[in-house]
Formats: sequence, C-alpha cells, structure tokens
Amino acid sequence: MARHIVARTSEIPPGGNKVVDIAGRDIVVFHVNGEFFALLNRCPHEGAPLEKAACVARLTSPEPGVYQRSRVGEMLRCPWHGWEFDMRNGQSWFDPKRFNIRSYPVAVERGDELQKGPYVAETFPVHVEDSYVIVEV
Amino acid sequence: MSEVIDRPLRDDEKPAASRLRIVDCDVHPSLHSVDDLNEFLPKRWQQHLKEYGSHLRTPYLFTTPYPRSSPLIARRDAWPPTGGPPGSDLAFMQKQHLDPLDVEFGILQVLDLFIFSQQNLEFGAAIQRAINDWQLAFWSHRDPRLKASILVGQDGTDLAIAEIERCAKIGEYIQINVSPRANEPLGRRRYWPIYERAQALDLPLGIHVGGYGGHAPTGGGWPSYYVEEHQSNAHTIAAQLASLVIEGVPERFPKLKIVFIEGGFGWIPSAVWRMDQHFERFRSEVPHLKRKPSEYVREHFWFTTQPIDEPDEARHLRSLIEWVGVDRLLFSSDYPHWDFDDPRFAFKTPLTEAERKKIFSTNARAVYKF
Repeated sequence: MARHIVARTSEIPPGGNKVVDIAGRDIVVFHVNGEFFALLNRCPHEGAPLEKAACVARLTSPEPGVYQRSRVGEMLRCPWHGWEFDMRNGQSWFDPKRFNIRSYPVAVERGDELQKGPYVAETFPVHVEDSYVIVEV
Repeated sequence: MSEVIDRPLRDDEKPAASRLRIVDCDVHPSLHSVDDLNEFLPKRWQQHLKEYGSHLRTPYLFTTPYPRSSPLIARRDAWPPTGGPPGSDLAFMQKQHLDPLDVEFGILQVLDLFIFSQQNLEFGAAIQRAINDWQLAFWSHRDPRLKASILVGQDGTDLAIAEIERCAKIGEYIQINVSPRANEPLGRRRYWPIYERAQALDLPLGIHVGGYGGHAPTGGGWPSYYVEEHQSNAHTIAAQLASLVIEGVPERFPKLKIVFIEGGFGWIPSAVWRMDQHFERFRSEVPHLKRKPSEYVREHFWFTTQPIDEPDEARHLRSLIEWVGVDRLLFSSDYPHWDFDDPRFAFKTPLTEAERKKIFSTNARAVYKF
C-alpha cells in the first residue's frame, strides 16, 4: 500500500471533511474530535456522496422513553436515505455483516518527520510546523 | 493498444443513464420564496398569505410538517450553492439531477404551501392557480424537459373545474393533480365532475401522497412518529385505490387514466387480491361493477416506483414487479427529497433491457403522451 499525503491537519476543521482523489478513487477524509478517518466517498446503498453526510452521535435506547447518546460525531449518516455507518471501520450500524463502506488507514505525522529520508545530499535549515494527514491506499 | 481497453463497451456494461434516457415522474421544484408567486397572485391573496399564512387541518397546535428528520425532507446534498431551499434553483437541478441522469422528461410535483390542504377553499384555489402559472414561467418555459401539472383542490369542485378549463386552454399541462386526502374518499360522486373533465381532456389524474387532510393518515389515528407517518402513505393510497375502483370511477369513466405518485408498489398485490376476493363474495352490494377490481386496476391505474421496497432477497422484488405488472410502473426519483431513488441503483434485482425500457421510459411516454 502506498502512503499519500492528502492535507494539512489545519485544512480539515473538526466536524469537516475533505475529498481527495487517490489512484482514481474518490475518498473522503473526516476530522472527528481530533481524529481522522478515510472512507470511500460513496454509500453502498445507492451511491450517495458521503462528503455530504451528517456526522452524528450513536443514539441508543435500552427501553422506550430512555435515550442515550454516545460517540458524538463518529457516526456517519448518509445524505440520502439516512443509513448510518461507524466512521472507524465503515461498518453499517443496522446491518454490519452485509453493508460497509471501504475504509482506509489514516495517520497524522509531523511535517519535519515527513522530511526525513535515507538520502540526504545537502542540508538546509527547514522549519516545518504543520502536521499532515496521510492515507494509505 | 490493448484490445481490452479499446473494445467498445457492451450494453450491459454502460451506466444505465447513458444507455437509456429516462422519464422521471416525480421531481419536486420549490419556491425560492413566496414572493415568486406575487406576479401570479392577486393582491388580496398576497395580503392573506402574509397575514394568515396556511390554514391547514392538522389537529394539534404548533404542528408544522417540517422539519421531519431532514430539513425540508431533502437530501443533504441538494441545497443549492446559491441559497434557497432544495429544488428552488433550476441551474443546480439541471447540474445535479437532469443532466447527469439523462432525464428526458421530468414531471413537476409541487408540494409548497400545502396547496391541497388549505381549509379556505378560495385561498387554496388562488394559490393553486398561482402555482400552476409559476410552474410554466419558472420551470417548463426555462427547461422544456420539465412538465407541469394542473393542481386543483377537489373539495372546491367548481373552482377546480374552472382552473382545469383555464389551464387546458393553455395546452401545456400533462396531467391534473388532486390530493390523496380530500374531505371524502376519492371515489365519491362529489368529485366525479373532475374525473369527467380529465377524461374529456384526455389528461391523466395524478395523485401524489402526502398533504394534511381532515382525517388521520392511518385508519388507527394520528401517528406519533415520522416513521409511522411515512408508512401511512401506502395505506392512504391503498384506501383511495379501493374507493376509486369500488365506487365505480373506472366503470363510469372508462378512458380515465390514474397515476398514484410516491406511494410505492409493494402493497398492491395483497390489496388487489383482497378486493377481488371480496368482490366474488359481495358483488351484489356493488352491481355497478361489471368486472373484477383487478381488471380495473390493470387497465386504469399506474404507480410510480419510489419508494421502492427493498426485500432482503432480490428475487422477491422481481416477483413483486411481475405481480404488479411491468406495464404499470413508472420510474420516479423524488428528487430532491431524502428518499430519492437513483435510477442506476434503485432496482436491486435483475431486469431485462425490455423491462427497463418500459419502466424508465415507454410506460410514462404512453400515459403522458410525450
């Protein structure tokens, strides 16, 4: 798998996302509570663009009249028919065995770390303060 | 270079949209603002709209139909970048829906202002008239793919007839739309003058689900949840199908064509089987019916496809389509609403090329005469 630098961390605000084309694939990278997740930008049901999905909480109810929210912002709700997926692994909430969105490993690395390589011919002072989001495809 | 790459795509490899121009029987345009209607609405009713707004028949205080789950019941990606509600920007509708899905004709279905549900029949008639003019000026005349319907409220039957005559003279409307939730079941004799005019003008009668009638949408009363209410669309249509057939509307108007819009079609087999079964036992109660209910349904009624039922096994959907009849189904997307169907992915069961062509195009072309 190749690693692709797709954005500065500052480019994707919390709750936001960025769509990137990696090797012909339309991939959407979400920023949730300081973490980044990358998923194929297409709902497995009818193909809706997930970049327009709502990032919602997991809503559960142990019995009628009692409601609990958890994992705020980590569930993805498709913009068309409201199918919900777990952002961490792309699995659908209602039928995880049959439906999932392809997900990709994501890493965040500091720019100065990315600069390092085995072949250094000449050195210049470089100041890199940003961190970058990296998706493996 | 490579034979594989240069080989022309086989028909079954092409996306549906590129090999089949579609007729979409349910496209929802929206007013950008109610001021759009000013040029079509007399000052007296502009004032009324401003001072009193809609006077609907919902039973609870502060019940507004929106939002329900999704704001304006719309797809989250359907909000025009230029502002305004989903469906209000023609250029965006063209770019997002009509062009990429190769929509040859799109039939407009206006839900704004709960046009069919107004208690004040004169106000209702005034906004129906304004909306009918607005459909041409803002949509059909700017994109000839988009076809307008004559919207009338059947409880003001004389007002409805006047509006049908006015619009029919213009000659650009392709159907007459009435509400699925009138004061009485649709088969009742008081509404027959509308059906008589529809038959005489050879315009199909379009009945789009929804609206706020004077009765609870389910036989069991008012639902607590939107999920329940959405289910009830199918029950309401089933009740109206039975009313129209059993009160003898197709018998009385043998050339009338009726299209149920956005009611889906999964419920049809059992509803029709039951009607036939009861007809055999109780036919002496309804001697005005000369034939089995299923025969009237198969000759007079068409059903748009959305929302499509999605059984776990694809073959069940296939059986359903066969039972209802491939000739009875008209594709509809419901753009830009949240339960929109994409024509490329909506039917999760194999269809032959001939069947696809009927459902996506030729059935509608025959009903609406495009």
